[in-house]
Amino acid sequence: MSIFVDENTKVVYQGLTGSQGKYYGLLNREYGTQVVAGTNPKKAGEDVEGIPIFATVGDAVAATGANASCVFIPAPGVKAAVMDAAEGGVKFIVVITEGVPAHDEAWFYNRLKRDYPDVQLLGPNCPGIISPGKCNIGITAGHIAKPGGPVGIVSRSGTLTYQALYELQQKGIGVTTCVGIGGDPVPGTTFIDCLSRFQDDPETEAIMMFGEIGGSAEEEAAEFIKANVTKPVVSYIAGVTAPPGKKMGHAGAIISGGKGTADAKMEALRDAGVSVGLNPTEAGELMAGIVAGL
Amino acid sequence: MDLFEYQGKLFFSRYGIPISPGEVAFTVDEAVAAAEKLGYPVVVKAQVLTGGRGKAGGVKLASNVDEAREHATNILGLDIKGHVVHRLWIEKASDIEKEYYASFTLDRAAKKHLGMLSAQGGVEIEEVAVTDPDAIAKIWVDPVDGLTEAVCREWVAAAKLDPEATEGAVDILLKLYEAYVDGDADLCEINPLILTTEGQVKALDAKVTVDDNAVFRHPDYEEYDEIQHRDEREAAAHEKGLQYVGLDGSVGIIANGAGLAMSTVDIVSQVGGTPANFLDIGGGANADVMAGALEVINNDPKVQSIFINIFGGITKGEEVANGIITALGRVQIDAPIVIRLDGTNAELGREMLQPHLSDALQMQPTMLEAARTAVALAEGASK
Repeated sequence: MSIFVDENTKVVYQGLTGSQGKYYGLLNREYGTQVVAGTNPKKAGEDVEGIPIFATVGDAVAATGANASCVFIPAPGVKAAVMDAAEGGVKFIVVITEGVPAHDEAWFYNRLKRDYPDVQLLGPNCPGIISPGKCNIGITAGHIAKPGGPVGIVSRSGTLTYQALYELQQKGIGVTTCVGIGGDPVPGTTFIDCLSRFQDDPETEAIMMFGEIGGSAEEEAAEFIKANVTKPVVSYIAGVTAPPGKKMGHAGAIISGGKGTADAKMEALRDAGVSVGLNPTEAGELMAGIVAGL
Repeated sequence: MDLFEYQGKLFFSRYGIPISPGEVAFTVDEAVAAAEKLGYPVVVKAQVLTGGRGKAGGVKLASNVDEAREHATNILGLDIKGHVVHRLWIEKASDIEKEYYASFTLDRAAKKHLGMLSAQGGVEIEEVAVTDPDAIAKIWVDPVDGLTEAVCREWVAAAKLDPEATEGAVDILLKLYEAYVDGDADLCEINPLILTTEGQVKALDAKVTVDDNAVFRHPDYEEYDEIQHRDEREAAAHEKGLQYVGLDGSVGIIANGAGLAMSTVDIVSQVGGTPANFLDIGGGANADVMAGALEVINNDPKVQSIFINIFGGITKGEEVANGIITALGRVQIDAPIVIRLDGTNAELGREMLQPHLSDALQMQPTMLEAARTAVALAEGASK
């Protein structure tokens, strides 16, 4: 089984008429994702390579039965796009856009939680989600992921996620679902959301978790693993040598006030029984060892 | 982006938060003129984006024109933890009765705004948090609800500020929250927030960080961009729109994606080398971006070898190889380069790079081997 999405997920692309939205929307369709609609208030009634365009997500849901959305709208419009999706009735919203103001993220995270508690937001600033062979929403290259299982992946970094997928594929190991939660300060989906789903998913037998410096999400995940996760977990944390006070590419990847260091995160994870690799390759090898013993 | 104290104060005053009268000065003469205009005593304050100004001699009280001139002369050009003082803030001195602390920031774990208020101000709040955590009253504000006056009043009461400061503090905190939200700030801190001997509450200092991602809503924030503390390399990279952080080692690093770039910095250290930088060229690896990245690294005199670490996802190996070959044709590189290319169509990309390989341009199949080679080359060059 996969988490959050599967072969029945019908996706509306907000911003399908833009260059990024079109490029990835069509790639996702080619992969096999049910790309059923796009939105653009100024182009309602038109289509993009056969995919109908609607004014709002609500219109797209009514006409196509879409139950997920993928947002490729530029940062200034993301807040409105997320609310359009929630009001429109989709239950899973993936925001790929980077550069969304932190105050907007905090606002729509809490607004969804209060008024649309059954809606799951993924991102912003994330590569999306792929359930190999079933559904790919976002910017992950589909062919680097081997379908099946037994590994579930959750990661804060896009390229490290690809690296993990690729290394597992090279070793002949399949993936149930790979979730990129993104590197922003207020991610809609957390490590814990994914760990909890993977723990409950019978086809996921081991979990790979890639974190990075900044915040305390990895420490919270470690506590959750200790209390709730019985499946083996392998982890890698990027940024061991990052200097304090400097943003390492991602808005959320910053060590401030001595908090959020990679060492503290690795320590917490080891304490929770997680196997921690010192680089992505080592993490891949640790996972191969675990899968061989399953 | 961080603001200078005076910029933070002017930002606060736009929201009605009381501050002391003051003026910014770039020269000694401007400082003296400002002091004369404001009337003595004045405080001459170094404007730098780092803490510990007082200890470094960057904050001085002047009671007359001679002292104002003397302090301004001494402080301008002063080096405070690597930050050279180019601006002063000349401010009318205040009679301080009490010093408090107030701030708003985002609590990433709670996903809400965190307000902190303490009757113990003027010292590092991290210090108070350790020595006397109960002295900090905290509230978590849901961004959808905002901060109400009733909640703010309870908060002030919980912090046990002096009774005569209550009304002024409630007023300032409500305005501070407005400034924090409306101004898209990552941090709004007043330390100290003072009660004067005349019973007025005002901001004696201002520490403000605004969200780079929100500049589209605040075009005036562009003025803060140029004051950010960057070394020469960081400034050059910033101009080219590259995500670059300067470090002080000898192995230059180029990678695609923030996570992979961080991971590359780590692995170079793990195999005994010293990274010269963090540089993320983003998802693709086209020739323009690659050439720009190579130029920035090439201008770093400490760099003895360069490690290009690319994982091709949707951008295919042959496109990456093309980008690298084209970029190398455009930029004359001094240090030897080690490439690791993996991912989609990596073999095709490697084949294309093959004829270009030499002692100055090597290729390794894995991240680890490439890191070792780059580190060995850097060490060999420094001997």
